[in-house]
Amino acid sequence: MLVSQLGYYSLILGLILSLGLLSYSFICLRDGNNILQKNIYSISFLQLFSVVLSFFCLIYSFIISDFSNETVYNNSHTTKPIFYKISGTWGNHEGSLLLWLLVLTLFIFLFLVSSKNQPKKYRLLTLFFQQIIISGFFLFLLFTSNPFSNLFPVPKEGLGLNPILQDPALAIHPPILYLGYVGSSIIFSSSLAALVQKNINRNWAKHIKKWILVSWIFLTLGIMLGAIWAYYELGWGGFWFWDPVENVSLMPWLCLTALLHAIIVLEKRLILKSWTLILSIATFTLSMSGTFLVRSGILNSVHTFANDPKRGIFILIFLFVLIFLSVLIFFFYQIKENDSQKKIFWLSKETSILINNWFMMYFLSVILIGTTYPIFLEVLIEEKISVGPPFYYKLLVPFLIPFLIFMAIGPKIKWIKDKFKKIRIYQIIFLVISFLIAYLIINKTSSQYLFTTVLIAAAFYLFFNTLRDFLRKDSKLSQNISHFGFSIFILSILFNGIFSNEISANMKIGDEIKFNKGLIKFKKIEIYKEQNYESIIASFEIEDEKKNIITLNPEIRIYNQPAIFTSEADIKSSIFTDKFLVMSLLKGEDYFNVRYQNKPFMLWIWISISFVAFGGLISFVKKIK
Amino acid sequence: MYGKKVKLRILFLSFIFLTIILTIFLVLKSLEENVVYFVSPTEIKNLAELDKKKVRVGGMVKEGSIQTSSNQISFIITDFKHEINVSFSGAVPNLFAEGKGVVAEGFLRDRNFLNAKKILAKHDENYMPPEVKEALEIK
Repeated sequence: MLVSQLGYYSLILGLILSLGLLSYSFICLRDGNNILQKNIYSISFLQLFSVVLSFFCLIYSFIISDFSNETVYNNSHTTKPIFYKISGTWGNHEGSLLLWLLVLTLFIFLFLVSSKNQPKKYRLLTLFFQQIIISGFFLFLLFTSNPFSNLFPVPKEGLGLNPILQDPALAIHPPILYLGYVGSSIIFSSSLAALVQKNINRNWAKHIKKWILVSWIFLTLGIMLGAIWAYYELGWGGFWFWDPVENVSLMPWLCLTALLHAIIVLEKRLILKSWTLILSIATFTLSMSGTFLVRSGILNSVHTFANDPKRGIFILIFLFVLIFLSVLIFFFYQIKENDSQKKIFWLSKETSILINNWFMMYFLSVILIGTTYPIFLEVLIEEKISVGPPFYYKLLVPFLIPFLIFMAIGPKIKWIKDKFKKIRIYQIIFLVISFLIAYLIINKTSSQYLFTTVLIAAAFYLFFNTLRDFLRKDSKLSQNISHFGFSIFILSILFNGIFSNEISANMKIGDEIKFNKGLIKFKKIEIYKEQNYESIIASFEIEDEKKNIITLNPEIRIYNQPAIFTSEADIKSSIFTDKFLVMSLLKGEDYFNVRYQNKPFMLWIWISISFVAFGGLISFVKKIK
Repeated sequence: MYGKKVKLRILFLSFIFLTIILTIFLVLKSLEENVVYFVSPTEIKNLAELDKKKVRVGGMVKEGSIQTSSNQISFIITDFKHEINVSFSGAVPNLFAEGKGVVAEGFLRDRNFLNAKKILAKHDENYMPPEVKEALEIK
């Protein structure tokens, strides 16, 4: 159809503009000329416009259910609600790559507009590197995953979107996550440009920190949205499964968090230049390899849209080119750090931030090994394995204890050189109180572990310290909010892990089971017909030991196209606990498979992550003022 | 002899080196303890000795084999060569059905019986775990 054609040619125009910008910025750099500067904005804007246009063409094709478009045919259906027709645009491989491209072009345009006070050559170089990435994605999109390929004869009906993707959280999860991922591409390009320009100074650090903050905030929120979705839609009652696909989003986050801290040192002290660059390059590389692992079908999950080896090979080659390029530039233009400034005193803020970076790198390598080890093993000795959550818990959790303590103390230490003052009284009080609270909490439960007590105490220690720092004049509000949020995050996860309890059973209508001195009654089911699915809504009464009764109505949806069952858990959230009930259908039986869970402090996990991101936002707002 | 600076640097380097070695050792050791191997029913039949470790068994749920009672579900996983009985109590995923691919994780009681702790079925009706696909292709 016409609209698809328009979208396609608009993409080709975008590619041509990308190549044009590449050669243009190259010529400008070679000749060192200063004219034609204005043109760059318009060309860059035109490129953005062409991608936006083609993106809207795709959305439009989805809305009118134009099944002559193969992407629409594969992922949509006429009976689907309009909201999911639109969100289905990026709920598939081709569309999501188009979205990725859209964000890439949007960001380089914003970069050009917002970096007017930076050296011209540096901006041109950034544009150059960014256009290499952009043209790579254009080629990838046009040659291996064209979202506008035609289908003839035109089918009457589409195949439909995977029902578990038909969810509000999942409609916004990809765009937000991509803003984070793609933001790291600007950091990557700009670091390389600054390196080539020998431009790594305070001014640059200040300027790039805004971009680091932007992508960090979005990545944080994007990961959180994915976790929220997994929590209520996948029906296991957990929010993080150490699934490889989750891990590949966490790895760039850890790297970016390390970078966010390292850049402060660079800004203040002009040291750690090479390290900052390595982190910038690594963050983007991890984002890219994440895409590669997910899209190539090496990791199988809900995120794997199609297994086309051609795509995997393309991304792999592209990835290697980028890594090779950046490593080459890194060594060719190697930085000589100023020797007189290089020294870091052992008790200083620099050291404490370095310690943070060390921890981040450790967490990162554990996750990297756990995620890639099965792949290597399968290639090397054809043994199939999976690495489960215990691996991560065992290697990550113990290191959280020193990490939390350093996090509490680190921000108080002064730059350059600090002195050991007398240990403050309140620090001792905090420590004692933390241990006392932790002991009382753990003592009440059956799990009497020294380890858990120490861990909770460390988290409380951070909690009290950050709480007190809100009153201190010299503490940074943004940093403090984020650290405060992190302490609540760890506490909620720990309480959630320790105090959660659950029961699962197969129940018929009218059955009752005992749980925690309470009772779970299966009252009835009702069947409704919805637009594109049939829904079975059950009614359960949960009676706790105090005879309080709540009703939970979990739902099973039987979608018509594709024919899939999904379970919609019913969750009653309150400040202290989530009551979570999910059921699934056992085909051809009277029984329903029912799982009831009590999950304390669930809400606080989401709130605390929002705190962490909010701290970043405050810092960002301060920067652009 | 070397100056104080050099000595300090050597000390520092060896400290880093030791930390790295220790970390790698730690990681590899827990990796060894916590990986779960994937096997097909045929491979279980051919096992020389039974492993006490957790395994994942993959294949198809045999038609007509699911039996449900109030506290557990039992079924048979087949790779069309050999079969294994599985018992499981807990929540099953929605796509768990007869004639569909399944992966059961748990402990082997003997060569014919698996006590499953977790049932994995993936999110898509067309999806088949690669392990299952392979196991089925081999037949």
